[in-house]
Amino acid sequence: MRKIECDVAVIGAGPAGLAAAAKAKEQGAQRVLLMDRDRELGGILNQCIHNGFGLQLLAEEMTGPQYAEYFIEEAKKAGVEMMLHTMVLNVGADRKIHAINEHEGLMEIQAKAVVMAMGARERNRGGVVIPGARPAGVFTAGAAQRYVNMEGYMPGKRVVVLGSGDIGLIMARRMTWEGAKVEAVLEIMPFPSGLTRNIVQCLEDQGIPLYLGHTVTRVHGKDRVEAVTVSKVGADFRPIPGTEWVIPCDTLLLSIGLIPENELTLEAGGKLDSVTNGPVVDDEMSTSIPGVFACGNVVHIHDLVDNVTREAWAAGEGAARFVTGRQPSGQTISTAAGEGIRYVVPQIVHTDNLEARDVRLSMRVTAPADRVRVEAVLEDEVVYSKAERVVRPAEMVALTIPKGTVSREAAQAAAAAGHKLVVRVTKRDTAAQGGNKS
Amino acid sequence: MNRRTIRTDVVVIGAGVVGTGIARELSRYDVDVVLVEREADVAWGTTKANTALVHAGYDADPGTNKARFNVAGNAMYPRITQELGVMYKNTGTLVVATAPDQVPHLNELLERGKANGVPGLEIIGRERIVELEPFISSDAIAALWAPTGGITSPWELAIAYAENAVDNGVTILLSSPVTAIDVEGGRAVRVHTPDTTIDTQFVVNAAGLFADEIAGMVGARDFNIVPRKGEYYLLDKRAGHLARHPLFPVPTAFSKGIVVTPTVDGNLLVGPNSQVVEGTSDLDTTAAGLDEVITGARRLVPSIPLRDNITNFAGLRATAQPSGDFVIGPANGVPNFINAAGIQSPGLTAAPAIALEIVNLLGEAGLKLVEKPDFNPIRPRPARFEEMDDDQRSAAAARDSRWGHIICRCESVTEGEIVEALHRSVPCTTLDGIKFRTRAGAGRCQGGFCGPRVVAIIARELGISPDAVTKKGGTSRVLVGPGKQQCSCSCGKCADEGHVGEGETHA
Amino acid sequence: MSAETRELTCIVCPVGCRLKAEMVDGKVTSVEGNGCKRGAQYALDELCAPKRTVTSTVRVSGGFLPLVPVKSAQPVPKEKIAEVLAAICATQLTAPVKGGQVVIANVAGTGIDIVASRSMPVAEAAQA
Repeated sequence: MRKIECDVAVIGAGPAGLAAAAKAKEQGAQRVLLMDRDRELGGILNQCIHNGFGLQLLAEEMTGPQYAEYFIEEAKKAGVEMMLHTMVLNVGADRKIHAINEHEGLMEIQAKAVVMAMGARERNRGGVVIPGARPAGVFTAGAAQRYVNMEGYMPGKRVVVLGSGDIGLIMARRMTWEGAKVEAVLEIMPFPSGLTRNIVQCLEDQGIPLYLGHTVTRVHGKDRVEAVTVSKVGADFRPIPGTEWVIPCDTLLLSIGLIPENELTLEAGGKLDSVTNGPVVDDEMSTSIPGVFACGNVVHIHDLVDNVTREAWAAGEGAARFVTGRQPSGQTISTAAGEGIRYVVPQIVHTDNLEARDVRLSMRVTAPADRVRVEAVLEDEVVYSKAERVVRPAEMVALTIPKGTVSREAAQAAAAAGHKLVVRVTKRDTAAQGGNKS
Repeated sequence: MNRRTIRTDVVVIGAGVVGTGIARELSRYDVDVVLVEREADVAWGTTKANTALVHAGYDADPGTNKARFNVAGNAMYPRITQELGVMYKNTGTLVVATAPDQVPHLNELLERGKANGVPGLEIIGRERIVELEPFISSDAIAALWAPTGGITSPWELAIAYAENAVDNGVTILLSSPVTAIDVEGGRAVRVHTPDTTIDTQFVVNAAGLFADEIAGMVGARDFNIVPRKGEYYLLDKRAGHLARHPLFPVPTAFSKGIVVTPTVDGNLLVGPNSQVVEGTSDLDTTAAGLDEVITGARRLVPSIPLRDNITNFAGLRATAQPSGDFVIGPANGVPNFINAAGIQSPGLTAAPAIALEIVNLLGEAGLKLVEKPDFNPIRPRPARFEEMDDDQRSAAAARDSRWGHIICRCESVTEGEIVEALHRSVPCTTLDGIKFRTRAGAGRCQGGFCGPRVVAIIARELGISPDAVTKKGGTSRVLVGPGKQQCSCSCGKCADEGHVGEGETHA
Repeated sequence: MSAETRELTCIVCPVGCRLKAEMVDGKVTSVEGNGCKRGAQYALDELCAPKRTVTSTVRVSGGFLPLVPVKSAQPVPKEKIAEVLAAICATQLTAPVKGGQVVIANVAGTGIDIVASRSMPVAEAAQA
């Protein structure tokens, strides 16, 4: 068995892995190895041929493959070593990795630091329990996207999309543009889960109806999908009897959420957050296993790839700091989701970093709201806040606490007394107006 | 369609676990056997959708066929699964009483089991139950422990039986529904499928849900098959630890109740309920049925997490009326037509014993049974990457690089395994066929990742277009056609594929 | 004179303001509901001359993949999208294709090019 040693091993060469690997190298790691199971770098971006990538980070509107190509070049320039067709089988808490590929067989890779960047998988039919028959023609939106955009085959001609996630919206337009008829998009929540831009350009432009508060209650068809029954749902998300109707179709596309792919993290002994389904991380993007870092959709599901890249830079830097002995001292304070917030990442912040660096907190709100303040609160005192015109569950909210806003000592004292750094959303009129610190 | 006529000694109708088992046992002898199956693969009826249990044998009333073949079949499992390379775990099973008034019933089962000859039965108290099953309901007060019970893979067994049968000379015809059987002089002499006529000396009816129809074709519909639907949840391996043994509630008159069991692959399986349905094709799950299943299961293991559900399915049990028992023996008035019908639970357990009995009955009916000197009872277990240690994995990948290429990440299935499965002695041509043979697509993402890759491999290996690949035969095509066929411009040439030159456009 | 009120959702930023525009004889006379100036401009553009970036794929022979993704170099008039898609559908390339390469010049007479949005090496260069 071939044995390899490296400073940083990055698992997954999608946007997260590409940026983490390049950043680790730039930040002083010597040998950085980037592994991916697929035939090329870029991960899922290769099948995301639509535009809208990179607006925030690169001030340019790119397609998925263009965004991937940009960061592939960055990683190559940085001197990252790349291994394709390579499946990581397991990662030990000792950062020993077993991987396999067609050319070299089984390999053992001893890394000083590991970055988990495996991304996510799509929730499937079982995840939401759709009753009915089990014919061909039920696809996750991402699988359909691969067939259409990379293999040149049509998964169906008459389509119903369940879920208003961005992949589903994008595929509704894509299938239409390839000649299919998209009959409807159904969303069980009372609000869309994709970006407004996609609702407008992918649905309204094509005249595809969006039914909020509706779901599929039955799949019909023996060999191939023939129709679906859809129903309105009540406040408890259960179908309301008597509201159902049948939509004839040959295809049901599911865009009902992504699940961070953490089998390797779990096996390595990493602690997971039960809300994000991703590892608990600190602001260096370190998991609960020393020297094992994580970033991207493996940590929590992102809305924009730009945010993935940002988080991956933090992970790459964290890994480089770890292998070069520059990591912060062990003192930390936990973060917590308060009023109106579903989760916040990172779950742990180094008190050293609060003093010395800007600390970015990423969060998702529980419900849409307008004219709000997003606040960071320590021991009942708002230490930092910002105004937002509108917040939605579909869009990640970031709060960057400028360095020194909370002193190391204050954070340590609060942590010692059992307090957390809580983030919350308040209506604007009940909070102080204006800029930064209140 | 071109019809062909073949001649054989025995036609076995139905390639479920019963029919394939019979074909395999017949293949020991110098007898020509044709196994016909209506579906595109073996094991696609009741065999693919049941609870996958090897029952101990305390349920059925003493003296019934069910009791007799259950206990006999159970005893055959260790050897038959060893010979055929099929997963089987002798876990032992528990019938769990969750209320004091259920305890007397455990004693009834114990006595019935003793009368049926089931070894090792005992009633155990709460302390033992909790030791065996840490996640059991706090209501569990007593249980019947049956050490000979266990779990297996029904489709693995049927596939292995079929492959071993074909390796020993049996002919298998898939996608071949029987359309008629000719009777001459009180004997079944000819079996018709849409493209083949089979002249035969004997017919075995192992047609599962269709066994009454098949019996009707020889004018001997002495029983009716009533399908009883059972719905299931299959949970992620993450939840596999929640049950270490098959856990039964105290049974009712109709069913053994909703079971919580580990599978041989490490998942948690929950179900079935029991509903009489019309027709043989209603395999739909229903909201009410699935609610019933999860509610029932949580009476035994309250912490079953729905978020770990990976798929739901339904199966149909073939219940023979009026007897309710297995129908085994020659049809009335047609002595060379032997029924193996109404094989509902514990049919999987009983199947190996039923196969032996059917061979005996054929012998009694006049089939000459001369053992073949070259019969090979061994069908090695196909290699699986997931089951290999590091050295074996290295060696496999070094021998054939496709064994280093993982296609299904959830179940760690390599391209090597998929290619191998496509070229075994029983044809495998579908996405579901690959799933049942290799587990590619059977894991937590249910083929979301590997589906397109497996379709591409099937197309390449079978030399067909990707859009000709089906999920499960017939019209179940995965893809409806190539893209870029919907050109809506008005040039009038776009209907002809490839009329445009390279780099050229006619916009 | 024909007057009408049109409603639309602004997509300039994530706020997604609901805009109400008064139109007289096909001209926007007033916009309400916009939180910023860019919203008013969006309504003007969207109601008078809506444009979209078109992304799709073009068949490529001899490539690492059978398709290469393409996009319009600039947004094209919305009413031209069907024609643009038809032109894309009818095009066939041969590998290799370079990222940014013009695939269709002046597509559907819009003055806008369709360009490859990634490179596509020939099949042998990269392993399938």
